[in-house]
Amino acid sequence: MSSKRLPGSLRWGIGMTGLVLLAALAAPLLAPYSLSEQLDPVAARYRPPGTVLQAVHLADGRWRLADRVERIADGLEGNGLVLERLGRREILPEAQVLNLTAGGVADRRVFLLGTDKFGRDLWTRMLYGARVSLAVGMLSMALALTLGVAVGSAAALGGPLADALLMRTVDAIISFPFLFLMILLSALFAPGTGAMILILGSVTWTGICRLTRAEVRGLARREFAVAARAIGQTPIKILLRHLLPNALTPILIRATLLIGNLILLESSLSFLGLGIQAPTPTWGNMIAEGREALSQGWWIATFPGAALAVTVIGFNLLADGLRDFLDPRLDLARLDLETRSDRPAMLPPS
Amino acid sequence: MIRFILRRLAASLLLLYLVLTATFFLLHLAPGSPATVILEDQRISAEQRENLRRVYGLDRPLPVQYARWLSAVARGDWGTSFSQQRPVKRVVLDAVPATMILAVAALLVEQAAGLVFGIVAARRPGSAADHAIRVVSLLLFSQPGFWLGLMAILLFSLAWPILPAGHMYSVGVDEMGSGARLLDLLRHLILPAVVLGLAEAGSVVRYVRSSLLDVLGQEYIRAARAKGISERRVVWVHALRNALPPLIQVMAISLISLLSGALVMEVVFSWPGIGRLTFDAILSRDYPLVLAATAFSAVMVLAANLMADVLHALADPRVRDE
Repeated sequence: MSSKRLPGSLRWGIGMTGLVLLAALAAPLLAPYSLSEQLDPVAARYRPPGTVLQAVHLADGRWRLADRVERIADGLEGNGLVLERLGRREILPEAQVLNLTAGGVADRRVFLLGTDKFGRDLWTRMLYGARVSLAVGMLSMALALTLGVAVGSAAALGGPLADALLMRTVDAIISFPFLFLMILLSALFAPGTGAMILILGSVTWTGICRLTRAEVRGLARREFAVAARAIGQTPIKILLRHLLPNALTPILIRATLLIGNLILLESSLSFLGLGIQAPTPTWGNMIAEGREALSQGWWIATFPGAALAVTVIGFNLLADGLRDFLDPRLDLARLDLETRSDRPAMLPPS
Repeated sequence: MIRFILRRLAASLLLLYLVLTATFFLLHLAPGSPATVILEDQRISAEQRENLRRVYGLDRPLPVQYARWLSAVARGDWGTSFSQQRPVKRVVLDAVPATMILAVAALLVEQAAGLVFGIVAARRPGSAADHAIRVVSLLLFSQPGFWLGLMAILLFSLAWPILPAGHMYSVGVDEMGSGARLLDLLRHLILPAVVLGLAEAGSVVRYVRSSLLDVLGQEYIRAARAKGISERRVVWVHALRNALPPLIQVMAISLISLLSGALVMEVVFSWPGIGRLTFDAILSRDYPLVLAATAFSAVMVLAANLMADVLHALADPRVRDE
């Protein structure tokens, strides 16, 4: 299949999600600093994107950052460096500097996207934040997918009693005001990444469940399924070999949409301070920090949010593109209404 | 139909009971208690603390507390807020108008934007306008709403300060006349309502477009066009009349996301509604207040769901019998 024939949304979707995925995987390679690295917070806090600071290596092994560094010799205070840090001048005696070069500067520090109030590099934290967001989105999707397909198939094939029981449970879960439950759960138990995945996955599987049930039920009446039953195949085998493979397309699309929704949901909880806690960087808690410092540094909230948006747009485009590519007749708007909802009433439906 | 509604109503009430019971036990099982917030204040002596626990009934076994709370609620008594020392019912009712104002304003923005852009897109599918609208609505519903809110504050309150960044009224609103008060409220309402409405409008656009396209493909539209009726009339009168009823269901559902979205938006814009209240109450472990605020939100969500189901059943008789 040449790439010309792939729908545009699919190409964009693959490109955007691929880029974010790569950035997350290669975070240690792409990040100029390590996550725990404490960079001279006095000089580096709230620096706008593109700031370049001079770095002086001190005798005790630490680094000191400055806007400008000038070497002075035979000054009144003796030999040393004059550092200009945020408009304040200070003098550093020669003895405190580790390897004094001609200009006095050993290195430079570049802050591509600026720094936060602790002088931490935003770009570095965003790269590591991508890992958390993607891991949470994909793993909780996997959990929701497993639960949804299992329960949906059981309801479709398990007889009327099991069907009624399971689907009434799903109805109940769907009309449960989840956002409040999730806020409660996360506020009360302060979950780590693993618990977050469990919480998210275990409340968002209902959309996939309804979809699976409808698809499997429809397929089970078709001739090939009846034939498989007639030659004595076991129900499990029929489900795995004949029914689920044919129901794969809509389920796959739904699951792709779900990743984007889950990433948004996780970030909302982190933004409220209820999700994954600092110092672990997530895009949501970075935006929350940016909110506190909106007037000191516009970039702190802006860039993580943009990254979040690009990622979610990517997954939505991927779902759209998969639809166009695999089953153009599938109406996503309708699918969403009919299988309402795997969004725990907060997320924009997709 | 009446049997259907009654059955759904009964199911909703059962769910409400389950939500509240779950909330009650979750609150009490969680680490931390109001003790950590007010009762463990260093200035309070052990004796006073015991006394407070007795007053609030926190010294009783959990099942007893639950039974007492349930019977009080059944009599309409939601208790006293630990943190505000006022009847919980008052505290919640005081916050309701703020949330309602925000949610209704956002609903108007959302539905207006959804209808207009959905119709424009459906009139010429595949056109440049259709594509642009598709891209913009994709962008809108892929944004985290709270981030969009922050960006709006950044642009319209900080970089180009024309609108207030938060709260419902300015300081000193009490001295204003009622006209000035209303204007002040509107100025504060614009940013949160527009942001929340637009953040949720993407899906409505999508649904209006698909629903209208469906109708426009039908025979009677071809007949209407063949009769020589103007295209404008065909779209706005003939097609829209049949495309709209299912949209009422969409509206009921989007009301749920709006209410929940309002919760986050209230935190972003320091809007003094139910969302902020719930949030603060959870953080301070104000049990009675959390329960009452959850009950309110649950009733809203369940009512919207019930409304969606009933409207669906009205439109599609097959649903009633299932």
